[in-house]
Amino acid sequence: MNKRFGTIVLDTSFRFIIPFIMVYSVYVLIHGEDSPGGGFQAGALFGIVFVLSRLVQGEDCALKISGTKAIMLAGVGTAIYGFVGVLTLIFGGNFLQYGALPLNMHEPERHAMGILGIEIGVTLCVMATIIAIFDALTRREEM
Amino acid sequence: MMRIVSYLVLLLMTGVMFITTSGLPELYNAKSAPATHVSPHYIENSKEETGSPNFVTAVLADYRGYDTLGETTVIFTAGIATVLLLRTSKGKEEKDSKKACLEEGKE
Amino acid sequence: MKEYFTRYIIYWLIFVLFMIGPYGMIFKKNLLKKLMAMNIMQVAVILFFLVLGLKTNGSIPILDSGIIGIDNYINPIPHALMLTAIVVSLATTGVSLALLLLIQRRYGALEEDELLRRMNK
Repeated sequence: MNKRFGTIVLDTSFRFIIPFIMVYSVYVLIHGEDSPGGGFQAGALFGIVFVLSRLVQGEDCALKISGTKAIMLAGVGTAIYGFVGVLTLIFGGNFLQYGALPLNMHEPERHAMGILGIEIGVTLCVMATIIAIFDALTRREEM
Repeated sequence: MMRIVSYLVLLLMTGVMFITTSGLPELYNAKSAPATHVSPHYIENSKEETGSPNFVTAVLADYRGYDTLGETTVIFTAGIATVLLLRTSKGKEEKDSKKACLEEGKE
Repeated sequence: MKEYFTRYIIYWLIFVLFMIGPYGMIFKKNLLKKLMAMNIMQVAVILFFLVLGLKTNGSIPILDSGIIGIDNYINPIPHALMLTAIVVSLATTGVSLALLLLIQRRYGALEEDELLRRMNK
């Protein structure tokens, strides 16, 4: 995992398939309300992009997030989730009562926007946790 | 001896599970216990109440959003735990290597 | 008899899958194999909960204008609960793998008896 693993076929197919995985992940995230999918699945897919990059291209890969940065990103994701809940508190609702969000929409649409907000947080958290765990487990031992 | 006792305990556990199967809810039945209590409300009203046709997302993010916040925190904590367990503290390592160098010099 | 069999066969298969977990955790000496047995047990529990949501002629739990009636959608609650359980199992497996890696680095072994011998030295 630290050394470069790919041959030319693997490298080329990797470059070809990565954008599709990314787009599919965003699709799964945004259409989580009316089709199968949601934050957890999108996070797993987006985490796989970085894991694959590390597996195929080795340590000096193009798509790289170090473990510390990844764990900060996971914290940002959790904070986004909590922030949406506090936002509904500020505008006079209960915790995570999305109907209280200050958006000029019908009530179900406000709910949908709130769900999208927390799912972005969940996606960031799951993605960054997968990257952090993989990075910690496969780091080269400095002896 | 302990092996035989362990096998017996395993067999006993399996036997208890197989015997008590008839007490579990009947499968494929829309009138069984897990399908009657609160899930009809979710299936009927989630479109009007949350605007999400996907019942799973509605339950996960809206009706039980507080639970999902807890789960997200659990995942985050597990990630922090992994990174902290396998961290390489640079200062300590340098000190150790310096000490090793000094000891080598002494010898 | 045949009806009894078809009604409970899924439960029995899940029980057999579940019992792989205690078997491996008791009889295998390698800590990594114990962890794998525990994960198999977790998968069995997740399958058990998913099976509870099944209905005859049940569609996926997404509202479709062509499908009317509560009985034609499978139960969404087990899906929502197990979705998070799967991701949490991923994270906890990561933590336990990190612990195993630390044990391996410190004692140079993952076998139980070998570990005990090296710890008592």
